Amino acid sequence: MVQHSRTVTGSPAQKPKLAVWKFASCDGCQLSLLDCEDELLQLADHVEIAYFMEASSRQQAGPYDLSLVEGSITTAEDARRIREVRAQSRALVTIGACATAGGIQALRNFADVDEFIAVVYAHPEYIATLKTSTPISAHVPVDFELHGCPINKKQLLEVISAFLHRRRPQVPPHSVCIECKLRGNVCVWVAHGTPCMGPVTHAGCGALCPTYNRGCYGCFGPKENPNTESLCHWWRSELGTDKATLIENLRNFNASAPVFDAASRRLEQGSDKK
Amino acid sequence: MCEFVLQAEHLEKLIQVIRGEGYQMLGPVLRDGAIVYDQITTTQDLPRGWSDSQEKGFYRVEPGNTGAYFGYAVGPTSWKKFLQLPQRQVWRAQKTDDGLDFVQIVEEAPALAFLGIRSCELHAIGIQDRVFVDDQFCNEDYAHRRDRVLMIAVNCTSPAATCFCTSMNTGPEVTANTDLALTEVINDEEHYFLIASESYRGGQILQQLPLTPAAERHLKAAESAVQSAVYKMEQGPRSLDRAGVKDLLYRNYESPAWDLVAERCLSCANCTMACPTCFCSDVQDTTDLSGEHAERWERWDSCFTGDFSYITGGSVRPDTRSRYRQWMTHKLATWHDQFGSSGCVGCGRCITWCPVGIDITEEVQRIQAMETAL
Ligand code: SF4
Ligand code: SF4
Ligand code: SF4
Ligand code: SF4
Repeated sequence: MVQHSRTVTGSPAQKPKLAVWKFASCDGCQLSLLDCEDELLQLADHVEIAYFMEASSRQQAGPYDLSLVEGSITTAEDARRIREVRAQSRALVTIGACATAGGIQALRNFADVDEFIAVVYAHPEYIATLKTSTPISAHVPVDFELHGCPINKKQLLEVISAFLHRRRPQVPPHSVCIECKLRGNVCVWVAHGTPCMGPVTHAGCGALCPTYNRGCYGCFGPKENPNTESLCHWWRSELGTDKATLIENLRNFNASAPVFDAASRRLEQGSDKK
Repeated sequence: MCEFVLQAEHLEKLIQVIRGEGYQMLGPVLRDGAIVYDQITTTQDLPRGWSDSQEKGFYRVEPGNTGAYFGYAVGPTSWKKFLQLPQRQVWRAQKTDDGLDFVQIVEEAPALAFLGIRSCELHAIGIQDRVFVDDQFCNEDYAHRRDRVLMIAVNCTSPAATCFCTSMNTGPEVTANTDLALTEVINDEEHYFLIASESYRGGQILQQLPLTPAAERHLKAAESAVQSAVYKMEQGPRSLDRAGVKDLLYRNYESPAWDLVAERCLSCANCTMACPTCFCSDVQDTTDLSGEHAERWERWDSCFTGDFSYITGGSVRPDTRSRYRQWMTHKLATWHDQFGSSGCVGCGRCITWCPVGIDITEEVQRIQAMETAL
C-alpha cells in the first residue's frame, strides 16, 4: 500500500530543491542515482540539486522540497542529525535496505555489538556506536519508502517524478513472483528445487536472480502480506533446506525488517509452529 | 472429418509449409529445465523425447521412453502470453497549450501459428475469447492478435498427475475449435501423426503435405493413445465435482477451510499468472520528470495482490483468506454466472506452480468435507 504522501510544493517560479543524505550505508543507492546518467541531466532541468555530497561539494542551505535519505541510524549523532534533516524537508523519502530496514549492519541487532567491536577494531575505545541499526522510520516520519539493496534506478526516477507531479508512485508492493512470471521465467523453486525468497519478497528488481537461474535472496525486503512461516515450512520439509540456511536467507540486507526479524528469531528459538 | 496419416519424418514439412504461409511458428521448446512455448523454426527446436513429472509444487523434465515430439504435459507457460500480453503500452499523451494530446498505441498483430495446443488450452482460449471478444467490452488488442492465430492442436496422450481435464470435460481429446488436429502415434515399428483439418485454413495446409489416407488400424491406434490418457487421469490422484462445486462454494463463504488454506498460501499470485484463463490486468499511469509526457500501461494483475482491491481507505481484501476465497470462488462459481462456463479447464498449472503445493481439487474436497462434518 502506498503510504500517505506529502507532495512537493515548491513555489512555481523556483525549481523544487532536492537533497540527498547519507547515514550508515555503502553509498550504493546514491550511486543508483548517479548511474541514471541521461536522466540525471533531465532531473537537473526540473529540480535544483541543492545538496548531494556524493556528486558535488556545493551545498545549499535548506529547507528542501524533497529529501532522499540513504542509510540507517547507528550512532547517537545520526539520530540527532536525521531530526534536523526531517525538519528541513517538505517530503522525505528513504531509499534502500539500510534506510528502510536497517541494512546488513542490523545483524548487530541479533548479537552483542561490544563483542563485534572488540574483534574488529584495534582500539575499541575510539568507537561510539549504538547497540542497534534502525531504519529512518523508527526516528522520524517518512513519506515514502523505496526498497532494494540497492534500489532500482527506474523506480527511483518514478518516485521522484511522482513526488514532483503530485501523484501516486507506481511501485507495487506485491511479490517478486509476479515480475518473474511477467518475464516468462521458469520458476527455480518448482522446476529446480532451488530455495527462492521471491514469494515473500517485495517486487522492484524485475526478478533479477531467478532470471539468471538462482533463488531470490530477498534484497527488496518483505512484500505486503508476507507468509514467511509457510515458506520456511516448505523449504524445510520439501526442499530439504537446513535451519541455518533459512536463517541466513532471512538475515540478509533486510534482517531487521519486522517480518523477517520475527521469522528468523522464531527459527533460532525453535518455536516456528510448522 | 477426413483423417490422414503424416509420417513423423514429414512433421518438418508441416512446419515449413505453415511458415511458408507467412506464420511465425510458436510451440514447445525445452528451456531452463521446463517445456515452455516459444519460437520454433524447425522440428529440431521441439522437445523430442522429453517428458515431465509433475506434482503439487513440483516439476521436473525427464527423458521420456518413446521419442515422441509431444510426450509431455502442459508446462509453466500458456498461450495466454501471446494473446493477452503480460505488459503493453495502451497510450501515451503529451501536454499541449490547451490540454492533452493522446496517441493510442496500436501494435501490428503478427500472424502466429500455435503448434501443439492441448484440448484444455483450446478451451482456455475459448474462455478468454468470451471475456475479451464476445463480452460487452472488447479488448481490441487481444481481438486483433487472436484473429490472426492458426491453431494446430494435439490430442493429449501424456497427461501429468496434476491434470484433471476429464473432470472439467475439456480433454484429453480435442473438443474445441481448431484449424488442425494431430494425434501422435509411436510404437516399435511406426511413428506417425493422424492429422485432420477442421477449417478452411487448415484444409489449405493439408493440401500441401505428403499424406496417405488413414486406415482402420491408424484410427484405432490413435483412439487407444487418447483412451490411455483418459484412463491415466481416471486412475490418477485428482478429480473435481464439476456439477456440484458452484453451489458448494456459494454455500460456504464462511467455511473454516479458508482459514486453513490462508495459513499456507503465500499470496504470491503464481497460480493466477500460470492459469491460462485468468484475465485480470492493472492499468498504470505514469508521468516523466518533466510532467509533459504521460503513459498508460496494462499489466497482468492478480486477485492475490493488495492493490487489486485497493479503494479509498484500504484494500477490500486485506488478508490472504479473502484473496484465496475470491480466486477459487471466481474460477469455479461466479464465472458461471458471469460468462456461462467454469473458469477452470483442469490443466493443473496452479497446482504444479504453486510454490507451496496448494491444490485446487484438494481444497474443494476440504470444503466439502468440512461442510459435511459441521
Ligand atoms: S523463481 Fe522465485 S520469484 Fe520466480 S516464481 Fe519461482 S519462487 Fe517466485
Ligand atoms: S481468479 Fe482472480 S486473477 Fe483470475 S480472473 Fe478471477 S479475479 Fe482475476
Ligand atoms: S484454475 Fe488451475 S487447473 Fe484450472 S485452468 Fe486455471 S491453472 Fe488450470
Ligand atoms: S495458492 Fe499458491 S500460487 Fe496461489 S497465491 Fe497462494 S501460494 Fe501463491
